Amino acid sequence: MSARLPKGGRFIDRSKQVKFIFNSRALKGVEGDTVASALLANGQTLMGRSFKYHRPRGVVASGAEEPNALMNHGLDGRFEPNQRATTTELYDNLRVETQNHWPSLNFDIGALNTKLSRFLPAGFYYKMFIHPRPLWKHVYEPIIRHSAGLGAAPKDRDDDSYEHFYTFTDVLVIGGGIAGLQAAKTAADSGAKVLLMEQTAHWGGRAPIDEDLAGGTIDGGSVQSFVDQMVADLAAMDNVTMRLRCMGAGIYDHGYVLGYERLTDHAPKTDGPRHRLWRVRAGQVITATGAIERPLSFAGNDIPGVMLASAVRDYVENYGVSPGDRTVVVTNNDSAYLTAFAMKRAGLDVPCIIDARADGGGALAVQACDMGIRVERGKAIASVKGTRHVTGVGLCAQAGSGAVLEEIPCDVVAMSGGWSPVVHLWSHCGGKLTWDDSEAFFRPDPNRPPLGADGQGFVSVAGAANGAMGLGAALEDGGNAGASVRKAGTTSVTRNVSSPEYAPIEPVWMMPHGAPYKLRSKAWLDFQNDVKVSDVQLAAQEGFESVEHAKRYTTLGMATDQGKLSNINGLAILSDALGQPIPQTGTTTFRPPYTPISLGAIAGEAHRERFQPLRQTPMHAWHDANGADWEPVGQWRRPYAYVRPGETVQQAVNREVVNTRDNLGLLDASTLGKIIVKGPDAGRFLDMMYTNMMSTLKPGKCRYGLMCSENGFLIDDGVVARIDDDTFLCHTTTGGADSIHAHMEEWLQTEWWDWKVYTTNVTEQFAQIAVVGPNARKVLEKLGGMDVSKEALGFMEWRDGTLAGIDCRAYRISFSGELSYEIAVPANQGQALWDALVTAGEEFGAMPYGTETLHILRAEKGFIMIGDETDGTVIPQDLGLHWAISKKKDDFLGKRAQERNYMVDDSRWKLVGLETLDGSTLPDGAYAVAEGDNANGQRNMQGRVTSTYYSANLKKGIAMGLVLNGPDRMGEVIDFPKTDGASIATRIVDPVFFDKDGEKQNV
Amino acid sequence: MLILNCPYCGVDADETELAPGGEAHIKRFGPGSSDDDFEEYLFMRENPKGVHFERWRHANGCGKWFHAARCTVTLEVFGTYPAQTFEPPAELSAAISAKRPGWTWRTFS
Amino acid sequence: MSKALRPSDGAVWTDGIAAVHQHVAHGMITVRADLNTAPIKAAITSATGVAIPAKLSIETGADAALCWMSPDELLVLCDADQAGAVTKQLQEALAQHHALVANMSDARVIFSVSGAQARDVVSKLVPVDLSPDTFKPGMLRRTRLAQVAAGLWMPDDDTICVLCFRSVSEYAHTILKQAAQAGSSVFRR
Repeated sequence: MSARLPKGGRFIDRSKQVKFIFNSRALKGVEGDTVASALLANGQTLMGRSFKYHRPRGVVASGAEEPNALMNHGLDGRFEPNQRATTTELYDNLRVETQNHWPSLNFDIGALNTKLSRFLPAGFYYKMFIHPRPLWKHVYEPIIRHSAGLGAAPKDRDDDSYEHFYTFTDVLVIGGGIAGLQAAKTAADSGAKVLLMEQTAHWGGRAPIDEDLAGGTIDGGSVQSFVDQMVADLAAMDNVTMRLRCMGAGIYDHGYVLGYERLTDHAPKTDGPRHRLWRVRAGQVITATGAIERPLSFAGNDIPGVMLASAVRDYVENYGVSPGDRTVVVTNNDSAYLTAFAMKRAGLDVPCIIDARADGGGALAVQACDMGIRVERGKAIASVKGTRHVTGVGLCAQAGSGAVLEEIPCDVVAMSGGWSPVVHLWSHCGGKLTWDDSEAFFRPDPNRPPLGADGQGFVSVAGAANGAMGLGAALEDGGNAGASVRKAGTTSVTRNVSSPEYAPIEPVWMMPHGAPYKLRSKAWLDFQNDVKVSDVQLAAQEGFESVEHAKRYTTLGMATDQGKLSNINGLAILSDALGQPIPQTGTTTFRPPYTPISLGAIAGEAHRERFQPLRQTPMHAWHDANGADWEPVGQWRRPYAYVRPGETVQQAVNREVVNTRDNLGLLDASTLGKIIVKGPDAGRFLDMMYTNMMSTLKPGKCRYGLMCSENGFLIDDGVVARIDDDTFLCHTTTGGADSIHAHMEEWLQTEWWDWKVYTTNVTEQFAQIAVVGPNARKVLEKLGGMDVSKEALGFMEWRDGTLAGIDCRAYRISFSGELSYEIAVPANQGQALWDALVTAGEEFGAMPYGTETLHILRAEKGFIMIGDETDGTVIPQDLGLHWAISKKKDDFLGKRAQERNYMVDDSRWKLVGLETLDGSTLPDGAYAVAEGDNANGQRNMQGRVTSTYYSANLKKGIAMGLVLNGPDRMGEVIDFPKTDGASIATRIVDPVFFDKDGEKQNV
Repeated sequence: MLILNCPYCGVDADETELAPGGEAHIKRFGPGSSDDDFEEYLFMRENPKGVHFERWRHANGCGKWFHAARCTVTLEVFGTYPAQTFEPPAELSAAISAKRPGWTWRTFS
Repeated sequence: MSKALRPSDGAVWTDGIAAVHQHVAHGMITVRADLNTAPIKAAITSATGVAIPAKLSIETGADAALCWMSPDELLVLCDADQAGAVTKQLQEALAQHHALVANMSDARVIFSVSGAQARDVVSKLVPVDLSPDTFKPGMLRRTRLAQVAAGLWMPDDDTICVLCFRSVSEYAHTILKQAAQAGSSVFRR
């Protein structure tokens, strides 16, 4: 039984008790605990259920690599699934629940799957659920979905805030163990700007524990005192930044690195953001990310109580917790002997060290024998006894096939299959690996590093991550890595290191070597996804020979831990099954992030009201206070309609539509793009930009223009005003201001750079108000200041002047068919003009109107709208806009494309008006069907609706659409099926529904 | 996440300050051109593995278009230069040759 | 330093690790012209009393400052009351040249972040090295502030002015305050 030891624990403060809740049970830990150590201290070794077979699982590791102890953490707006108990620091009132079981952790119906495991082999889902086809959608998929996923999905919006931080550094060191500290110190001593990140809450990595147990020293002192000194020295340097709880998450192109800093996870009541994503640009990156211990593959290696040897001694040394009273150590290398020493030092029993190597270990093994610990060489575990917890192990010969020689009772099995350097970060951006046969691991190949912008390697690796195992090697390697990136020449410090020599590792991929199927099918590789040795062998047998294929077929390494424990063991088994050496099999791809990071950290400030910029016109606040029902138009918010108390939105629209035609409407048109184009070549330039001729426009006049892309498609439209000989002001659509300005600049800078033209986007400088309706002139005359008569300001003209005492530019243009002016004033005076118009307009029936009324009024007149009638595949000719396409010009953007055979094809759908026979409103986007079916068995189509509205002026539905040969089929009735199966009979008509002769605007 | 030096303002711009603009040195064909030339102009692109020339705009910066010579495999940047030109600067071509002997790209080498 | 770089204060928010000021109107005039041509440079200097700034920098005079925006664009900063007059002077001085002058005082707004942690706060939003050895008073940097375009300059060592478009001023204000929220110090916790 696991328990808190009477003394010890580097990280904990026993005087400070911490209460927490585990599966609704109130428990106590101490400050410095992780959830895992606190649960062990409370005798709770069962911490989860596996994904596929719902097998009972305990904690295996003590850090980021943990596959089993995943928990739902927190409540409501702070709920988060799949949190590793080994990295979740304990705080008061922390709340965790175990996952993937029903009805309870102790009794889980899903565990029946384990009885069926013979029938659930690799690829089971692919094989089983393919037949019969119809069962997939209604039977298989719902059941499979129900059992998918480990933790629960959060239901509430995240209560926390997050942020990014951009930083630039000469050297970034990832990993604060002894190699990382030494690398940082050596680099910093040369004057380089250094950023050092450590993912845990403590500096020093695992060397302080391991060397303390092994008797290793640096310059005659303990490794802990060396770490303390290094940390103090680095902290005192101005050119060094040090971050704890900050994980190097990913390395990307050109020295870009993401650091994931967990600011308040351990203290959730603190002010400020929960996580900070460091967006680092580093000249050089040193990854000193250490190594992860590998499990051994023996039958029953997933039973709670079987743990990594390093984790067992971590719990004892760091947290003063014993995972159990009797620990059997099983290993193929010397490092696990340290676990036996730790248990002995804590006063616990170590019945046996099972060393798979025929020749056994080195100096540490001698020490173990001297301490009176039983050491068995060339031996293995045949299988582990116990169901919900380890009760003992069966000893056998490693060379044999598992005949049990002796049963050894125990409650903990501390296993070590060797160490794998953490090469993830090196690999993220293209660093390659090499297989080290003597150490039996992949390590970074220094000749094939990730390349930076200059074509040179920008990542180096230090310490155990580089395969430099052992105290002296790691320190030296750290110093070398630091020295290699330093700016000026300082010599790296030579330190006097003493630490016992390790005997060579002997690779053990299957334990025992000749294990029969019965044992192999109980030897787990991937604990979280329940992948066993036998599954990988089956995949190889079925032809999944590529490691990437075998991974996906078996799901090995595809769980939330991304195979940190299982990958090397799995590909060793695959290599063995394929009869090829491990390097030939290779590894799967390492992708960032190293461990899962929160979506909040990725979003940073872009959360809640900061999710995206919402652009506001100068009159935004007035609209908001006067019933605006907001419509997003790009990033702008525009009033869709101004809803009065007691009105529906549709009623408001109907009122605005009628009032604007009968009296006076006011529209905030500030969002329309306004671009000044100036220079001796401005006319020539605009002749290229627009399909019409703009160079012949006279100063003081306006002209409606169309803009096409070089593909010929219509991209924007608007009114161009000529200000003087050299200057034009181009209006664009609301969404087009920035993109059309960029489009103009692109052509000016990259094609016609010798033309003398300057552009500037003045959209934001002006507020623009459309004054629309029969009373438009009356209200402007009442404001006074300039002559707005028909004679002084004719249709399609503009004049500068003042209105209500405000300097303005008045355009006599109309997008509604009414008598209409658009008044532009400096943005900061927009509200004053609006107020003046509302007040003065009262006697004329002035009402503000929104975008829906704008749309309906233009549709009544058959005016097109970019984005409704166009969708990036429509040319002006499709819309009957031939009158706006100059025939005199030799060239304009899109002209050549519009001559392509597809563009002049008669079968292109053309714009028409559409009028339902019953007066109803057509559904938006509806298609008209034609006779017959196409090659896919779908009905043939002959047209579609592009705009459709209810017109309160005409008291019926009106629509525009693109129809095959439409303009030649006036009066013909076609059918538009609705989604409910019914069809709407619709007559093809002229798109101008209202005031065909334009009498209302020419007054 | 690339960093490209804007040749106009001299800033080492983060990729998020830039807007990509596809291949560089494309010759425009307008009215009167053959279907083949026009197709080439509108649609046909090199898409090479290795040395590549492309257009970028320092959109969240000085607003200028520039060209970049880059290796699409290693992402090594050989150099950037103003867009008002029909071919890469000679010294840039030479620098690329030093690193990727025998490179060709359309008519350049 | 010239008051042209330090617009009059409006509302100030002080609930965080740096103060966020929302400035009131300021004179801002866009000039597009070939900044390498001597007569054009002379014309601009004669109209503003300020020398043409070098790349990425700001020249300040008694009443105005010239900010380098691109090889053919300057932003003139001046007192709000003077914007109309300075625009006219520039237009007249450049009348014989190919140039575009536009009074854009209403198109943009200015915020500033001030205090010992101002650089850290703005560094949460812009992909630019704002450390004291690379970004200092006298420089102008156009970049991206989270999701919108922005320009940055420092009227003094502890203040960063942030220039952005008027329509996104509420967004810019909100994210600046968020970046300065209490408890969010990067280096002093």
